[in-house]
Amino acid sequence: MTVSGAEPLHLAVALEGAGWHPAAWREPGARPAELLTAGYWADLVTEAERGLLDFVTFSDALSLQSDSQHQPDARTDRVRGRLDAVLTAARIAPLTSHIGLMPAATVTHTEPFHISKAIATLDWVSSGRAGVAVKVSARQDEFGHFGRRTLAAGPQAVSDLFDEAADYVEVVRRLWDSWEDDAEIRDTATGRFIDRSKLHYIDFAGRWFAVKGPSITPRPPQGQPVVSALGHGDNAYKLIASSADVGFVTPRDAPGAAAIVAEVAAQRHAAGLADQPVRLFADLLIFLDDSAAAATRRAARLDDQAGAPYRSDALIFAGTPADLADLILQWQPAGLTGFRLRPAAIPHDLTRITRALVPELQRRGAFRTEYSASPQPPTLRDRLGLPRPASRYAGAQA
Amino acid sequence: MKQVHLAAHFPGVNNTTVWSDPRAGSHIEFSSFAHFARTAERAKFDFLFLAEGLRLREQNGKIYDLDVVGRPDTFTILAALASVTDHLGLAGTINSTFNEPYEVARQFATLDHLSAGRAAWNVVTSWDAFTGENFRRGGYLPQEARYERARAFLATVLELLDTWHGDEIIADTAVGRFISRADAGKFAHTDGHFDIAGQFDVPRSPQGRPVIFQAGDSDEGREFAAAAADAIFSRHSALEAGQAFYADVKGRLAKYGRSPDELKILPAATFVLAPTDDQARELAHEVRLQQVSGATAIAFIEQLWNRDLSAYDPDGPLPEIDPEQGENTIARGRASVRMYRDPIATARDWRARAQAGNLSIRELIIEVTGRQSFVGAPATVAASINEFVQADASDGFILVPHITPGGLDEFADTVVPLLQERGVYRTEYHGTTLREHLGLEAP
Repeated sequence: MTVSGAEPLHLAVALEGAGWHPAAWREPGARPAELLTAGYWADLVTEAERGLLDFVTFSDALSLQSDSQHQPDARTDRVRGRLDAVLTAARIAPLTSHIGLMPAATVTHTEPFHISKAIATLDWVSSGRAGVAVKVSARQDEFGHFGRRTLAAGPQAVSDLFDEAADYVEVVRRLWDSWEDDAEIRDTATGRFIDRSKLHYIDFAGRWFAVKGPSITPRPPQGQPVVSALGHGDNAYKLIASSADVGFVTPRDAPGAAAIVAEVAAQRHAAGLADQPVRLFADLLIFLDDSAAAATRRAARLDDQAGAPYRSDALIFAGTPADLADLILQWQPAGLTGFRLRPAAIPHDLTRITRALVPELQRRGAFRTEYSASPQPPTLRDRLGLPRPASRYAGAQA
Repeated sequence: MKQVHLAAHFPGVNNTTVWSDPRAGSHIEFSSFAHFARTAERAKFDFLFLAEGLRLREQNGKIYDLDVVGRPDTFTILAALASVTDHLGLAGTINSTFNEPYEVARQFATLDHLSAGRAAWNVVTSWDAFTGENFRRGGYLPQEARYERARAFLATVLELLDTWHGDEIIADTAVGRFISRADAGKFAHTDGHFDIAGQFDVPRSPQGRPVIFQAGDSDEGREFAAAAADAIFSRHSALEAGQAFYADVKGRLAKYGRSPDELKILPAATFVLAPTDDQARELAHEVRLQQVSGATAIAFIEQLWNRDLSAYDPDGPLPEIDPEQGENTIARGRASVRMYRDPIATARDWRARAQAGNLSIRELIIEVTGRQSFVGAPATVAASINEFVQADASDGFILVPHITPGGLDEFADTVVPLLQERGVYRTEYHGTTLREHLGLEAP
């Protein structure tokens, strides 16, 4: 069955430890003692690239993992300890050649100047495959790790954190634009390495910070690497609409997906960005097996080991690759660009994505059968159909 | 015989780097960094080093455009280089003024994990509100507070890294126990600079902590290094001055309960190689002409004079007027302007030297700045490097080639084998971690 005329489908995988389920590390094939090694992450991303996926995301936070999203716990039966996601992505970049690399970065306690040049550098070392999943920190313990301010209570404080995140992304993007593409001239006649009229102060001054610029890092291959954010509600939808190229959302069904798509589109319009695409991916947490019964049994077994049923902000899907392909093709017309799949257990569910789901979608004519080779080779933006932005400062006086 | 330690400094954003040479490659493409790192590893160097500056330099209120401009993010490029090398240490400058301990600790712990124990940190402090304009916390530290902040920052980072002992991850699938103690990573730290508490999230890395470098040879810098560093970067100097520096710094270790071997002294050094010594001297002069154009020479005297001297002819005599005294306002974002502690005396000295030798501005600047440390045939350079090490003027050198990325290739191919023949330089890596390459004990 060929789905002709449909938008091309895009698939991503969200990498997290030994998998998203808290008992995943105890599964056969898991490598729990290797989670802090480069080899482990290289194998995962290589597998995702073998499945022709668009990109992988790397989870991160500025605190130790915990069952609660809001506070630490004292559990010893879960994966605890992690690596910085941006550095992990950079470590993998030279070992891969097609797949996009999108590490998470917390924007609440960090410097936009540092993150801007880090992601620009990731774009350089990956030849245009970098993105960044920006993340707001609203955890008291993370505030305590920095000791610069305290987390205020109430909805206004959370709303402010999202507004601050929008300012942060604005600064990061301005810094990416602060070097025009052709600023490096190496003019031996005049002895000038750069044409300084093509470097620009960004002079950002907002409620939370001021940043002068320009960046110390030249404009990266994509001009602006891809910015993404995860969202569950108004604050996050607004951030996605105002600041992101890619949004991760968590609908429970196709009508729910359509409602979120409409909501983000309305916010995008309100932000004055209606002419710039934003690509929405639905997050799904997946257990994939040869039969739906086996998948359900495995989910139950893992829950049993973990001591409680696993709950997720995303829909939990337990079934066959063909069932998941059905769901994907049923939801996609709601306006989704694609899906970001969270494997419940690694390697089991990751390899079933790359070796069963992808072939199933290919059989239906719904997913690429090779990475396209043009332009030479495509950037993550090219892959997602996002135009390469010109520097906003091009043509302006320095 | 003492063993020579060698490291490679990726050519930086100074006039030492000759970007105008036809062989000069990109300063930002990953292929340049990979080439440079692979050469250093082929030559069995201890580590590769990257400098950092967090604000583009300015002169006369404009972005300085005569040298290489632009560089990658230090952590990110080092992490990428870990994938194209297996043994080479990966060292970077990270500023203690415009970062927070929790973040820097997790970045170094991560880099050390991802490189299987090859991370090193050159701890620097920044001094100026100029750079602070790029950061949300801004930043200005009075001179005397800079090392205090650096000491507190370093101590805090090490405290965070030590919250994990290295035996916590048991990952026992049968009993379902991942870590042995729930309080791994717990910390509470308060000093005059930091007031933080919580739980650090990166388990102990192969080296435990990165190898710590300190750059700078001020008295405060020497004391900081003696107390806390594994290696000190200094400026290259004549043999006797090097021996005096070496003796002074090593002599400071005892009061911190450390032995002289626990701190390596590694001056930065440049080199010019040619088949014969005469050819090398000739080539060295050509390189100096490339490094100091007329425009660069004017920029240099402006930095000392602290005035706009763009009307002067670089092929003419030095200005008769004296330098402008007080805070240097002409050049910003540049550490070297602080070297001129008495600009008027230095200017008088330069004028005297120019008059005595009948030198133009450009010829004078070629004479007084950045002469190459080692010039000669490979055998001459190898002998000279070994002499410095055996005479206790250094423990080795951090070599700074003038061409990116191939400027290290000839050294690797010609000088390194001669050092190996003398039995003063390794022919194979014996360990896997940087600490092992440097002969340092595990912390």
